[in-house]
Amino acid sequence: MNLPIVKQAMPRDTRLTIAASIAGLVLLFVFEQVFDPFTMQIFKLCAINIILALSLNLINGFTGLFSLGHAGFMAIGAYVCAILSMSPDQKEANFVLQPIVPWLASTHWPFLPSLLIGGLLAGFLGWLLGLIALRLRDDYLAIATLGFSEIIRVVLTNLQAVTNGSLGLKGLPRFTTMWWAWGSAVVITVFLVLLIKSSYGRAFKAIRDNEIAAESMGIDVFGMKVLSFTISSFLAGIAGGLLAHYLTTIDPKQFIFLKTFDILLIVVLGGVGSITGSVVAAIIVTISMEALRFLDGPLNLGFMVTNGIPGLRMVFFSALLMIVVIYRQQGLMGKAEFSWAALSRVGLLPRRRTQGSKGGQS
Amino acid sequence: MSALLQTIDVNKQFGGLSAVSALNVEVEPGEIVGLIGPNGAGKTTSFNLITGVYKPTGGKILFGGEDITGMKPHAITRRGVARTFQNIRLFKEMSVLENVLVAQHMRMGTNLLEATLRLPTYMARERHIHERARALLDEVGLSEHEQASATSLPYGKQRRLEIARALATEPKLLFLDEPAAGMNPQESVELMDFILKIRDQFSLTIVLIEHHMQVVMGVCKRMYVLDYGVTIAHGTPEEIQNDPKVIEAYLGVE
Repeated sequence: MNLPIVKQAMPRDTRLTIAASIAGLVLLFVFEQVFDPFTMQIFKLCAINIILALSLNLINGFTGLFSLGHAGFMAIGAYVCAILSMSPDQKEANFVLQPIVPWLASTHWPFLPSLLIGGLLAGFLGWLLGLIALRLRDDYLAIATLGFSEIIRVVLTNLQAVTNGSLGLKGLPRFTTMWWAWGSAVVITVFLVLLIKSSYGRAFKAIRDNEIAAESMGIDVFGMKVLSFTISSFLAGIAGGLLAHYLTTIDPKQFIFLKTFDILLIVVLGGVGSITGSVVAAIIVTISMEALRFLDGPLNLGFMVTNGIPGLRMVFFSALLMIVVIYRQQGLMGKAEFSWAALSRVGLLPRRRTQGSKGGQS
Repeated sequence: MSALLQTIDVNKQFGGLSAVSALNVEVEPGEIVGLIGPNGAGKTTSFNLITGVYKPTGGKILFGGEDITGMKPHAITRRGVARTFQNIRLFKEMSVLENVLVAQHMRMGTNLLEATLRLPTYMARERHIHERARALLDEVGLSEHEQASATSLPYGKQRRLEIARALATEPKLLFLDEPAAGMNPQESVELMDFILKIRDQFSLTIVLIEHHMQVVMGVCKRMYVLDYGVTIAHGTPEEIQNDPKVIEAYLGVE
């Protein structure tokens, strides 16, 4: 009975989706022409943060595993991608304390394979860690993954002949163009939407909602958790690779556990368990981080003048996070997702004439 | 005919406490068997042992002749054992329909690539499980609520949804943990008919825990009585009703 209504609605929604995609594409073109390189950098960072937030949301929001190891997986992706794609000359210039191991000295790969290998290695380590750590639950899992991320950082700092240690890698080619950043973000978003809406997505959510029931309904809970964790690590690795060639400089200090909390902030603000929320929050937070930069500089508050408190920006975000946690725990979107139908429900789009009996959806 | 389910001297200890000891249950195909006993007798623990939520401290569990002792719950479910829960465990952030769909994930036999790329083979299976889920919801009378969130349903309907979800896993043996809890006498009578109906329709074997004696006596041909983890009696409803040990366990002795 519902079918004819859905069939009638399809063309409109499809038309809207196509129109929005074209508008987005045009917008990217326009942005690249109009905005200065600095603004474009922020815009690219939005895309990278979208990938990071989505991948963290997959485990934390959809599978219900409290993991804090994201910075570690990013670091692996970043380093692998950077080392594989740097030219031999760049490597020689970088590795001053100790020469790079011979088998890596001459690799000079294009960006895409380096990025993918970085992601795959991060995914592989995620799989290994998952096999061990996913026997734990809740806070214990958070502690174990946090510890893992720090181990990665320490290893990167001390593997002088491979990673150049704490000196980091400088002068990476600026591969992450806007098309790379946003292209990856769009592909990954579409992939995750399809995944979450598939039978696997339902199984992930079942585990989040009630592990014992999920297991009794024939879902291999441990296997599913490992799967989700592996996919998430892979995506974090990809984002790390993109970030490395966006910043063009990486060192182990960038990947301390605080980096994970930056992403967690986006996920919580957007809504734990909402793809739409993560995307929107990633853009808002990234832009506000820049827009609020004036807070770090000298301020004239009328009654007093400060001469620059570095880090005041973060106080703003901490306060925002507290307000959200107290007054709107579900974040911006809760677990809801964007849909054209929802948009017309809140009155931003004209309602369809054939508003069927399918009301009452949350 | 050989027993569908057989437990041989199964016991479970939590530290020094022996929750279940020497559990010897035999269930023939097509039977409805009751498991009764006072609170804390070890009935739910027995369910948890057989369905794999707990690992037995000792003993053996055979299902269809196969040793399933210590298997993971999902592996046991795959072999055809389903259950409902005493304290309802629905997937609370999901719709009624999704709750039933999830239970069919195991039987879909799909892989990650197929599912995310929406290949035709996956879409056909997805359509199939949607049809089955709707049919099951129709069976338990929840069709009109399919888009509602599972926990927004009234208590009795949540119990029915749990049964529909368990049936979606295509079980041979179904465990019902206090299906009549919180139901009024009228609903209990309906439940009895419902249990008999699904038994015939899905050719099930059913084991149920129930405190509601009218229900147990009404649908079960045989029953086991547990007290302090020990099977104190076993037989037909008439035998159980007249067993002095059972009366003692329930009412105490003067």
